[in-house]
Amino acid sequence: MSSRFILSGTCPGRLDSNVNQRTQPLETPDVASGREPVIEVRDLVSHYGERRILDGVYLQVRRGEILVIMGGSGSGKSTLLRHLLGLKRPSAGSIRLLGTELEAISKPQLYALRRRMGVAFQGGALFSSMSLWENVALPLRQHTRLDEKTIRIMTRMKLEMVNLGGFEDLRPAELSGGMLKRAGLARSLIMDPELLFFDEPSAGLDPVVSAELDALILRLREALSMTIVVVTHELESAFGIADRILVLDQGRVLVTGTVEEVRNTDNARVQDLLNRRPRNESLDADAYLRRLTGMRD
Amino acid sequence: MFRAIERLGDRALYFIELWGQMGMFLLTTLASLLRPPYHLHPILKQIHFIGARSTLVILVAGVFTGMVVALQFYDTLVRFGSVAMLGSAVALALIRELGPVLSALVVIGRAGSAICAEIGIMRNDEQIDALECMAIDPYKYLIAPRILGGLIAVPALTMIFIVVGIFGGWFVGVVLFGVSEAAYFHGMYDTVVWHDVWMGVVKSFVFGLIIVWVATVRGFFLHLDRSGVFGAEGVSRTTTNAVVFSTIGVLVSDYLISAVML
Repeated sequence: MSSRFILSGTCPGRLDSNVNQRTQPLETPDVASGREPVIEVRDLVSHYGERRILDGVYLQVRRGEILVIMGGSGSGKSTLLRHLLGLKRPSAGSIRLLGTELEAISKPQLYALRRRMGVAFQGGALFSSMSLWENVALPLRQHTRLDEKTIRIMTRMKLEMVNLGGFEDLRPAELSGGMLKRAGLARSLIMDPELLFFDEPSAGLDPVVSAELDALILRLREALSMTIVVVTHELESAFGIADRILVLDQGRVLVTGTVEEVRNTDNARVQDLLNRRPRNESLDADAYLRRLTGMRD
Repeated sequence: MFRAIERLGDRALYFIELWGQMGMFLLTTLASLLRPPYHLHPILKQIHFIGARSTLVILVAGVFTGMVVALQFYDTLVRFGSVAMLGSAVALALIRELGPVLSALVVIGRAGSAICAEIGIMRNDEQIDALECMAIDPYKYLIAPRILGGLIAVPALTMIFIVVGIFGGWFVGVVLFGVSEAAYFHGMYDTVVWHDVWMGVVKSFVFGLIIVWVATVRGFFLHLDRSGVFGAEGVSRTTTNAVVFSTIGVLVSDYLISAVML
């Protein structure tokens, strides 16, 4: 196993024994690579009401890398993304984004930070009352004093980048799911962010469009040296684009490492996810009966 | 027994939370108005949506309300031999009560429900999160223009309602029942004082605020709804709630304003 392989995930002591033995200090890879972390999450705990969604998550993203956050439904990956975007407050733990601690940040500071990042939402999250190019131009209109002509040109450039040139006057209702996703990506790129978040780039897309998007993500990193965080449950896409992968399950990080390291991990749950094996939940007869009848222990 | 107390406490807490949420929402929106940039176009767009596009229905409602009020008053006044008072009675009823309240109810049905559903769908569709992530304040971008639009459009619609209502009453009283035109309008000039007009104006401002405030706050916090229902069902539920809540709000505040100002 490579020395760079970190099984960070949960804070020490909370991991299942299989993972716990291999927990190493988080800083090791950064010291080795010499790159500053763009995102640093420490011991993040999150709740929805009484329900604990994230339990002691550690995570680091370094400048210029593509980190893929992977996990099945209900693993907490969308919640983790909401925390990284400052849309949800953690119950405990800290998040450091582009060198700024999110906890004590004021609204103007948070907005200043957000201008340096772009977010492509799962369904595009475009405004139905505006045409495609107006949607993409919105951040420019709000944050800059550029004239209409320049805005139009910049918008066209980004739409061309995601292969949507020629569709600029259409409304979101006239676009397919894949086009909406790409348009959302164009909008997230319009301010040339340092840090890009992409929620489920391949969900609901056919394999060809999905592969195109993956190629685009890689191109973006090459051309604009962006740091990119992708949240997905698609294995193929994750393995295709990731520098490092973080696997979440039931609110805990099972493993963080390069594609090879994640593939070769002997963590049983990760292997289940990779090999698409259903979760083996064993209940004894009494527990099963209690669950069926709704009786408590 | 304990469960009943628990439920009562739970409900009380919910109401305190709801009012706190609504209050903070309004304050945040008003505060956002003070911050640049100041764009006029979104406000005009909302005045167009809430106001201009409700004009036809307000015209029809106003004419028929004026006509039915004149009909009822004529029937009553004729028994006392004082049909000369018809103009005053119609004008006062419309200016102080019916104009503001009925215009508000029309706007709730036409624009309030639409605003709530629109904002609710935006919440559901991550569009509000997207605004946040683009460093665009949703309070300033989405809510403030709607609140200002409501504050301008609803009083304007109310004035239109009152004016066409008075002419509806004129048609029934003067044209159909032969009341003297001079008596109809002169009675009005003599009895209607600025205080009455002022009361109508205050009411229409308050109603405009209530309608848009309730519609936007319900849609905006769709995801925090106690029922935990999202999607199409959540939007439909929250829109119904907004319509009921703002109708009651309008009627209760109507009574309170009348009681204070009369």
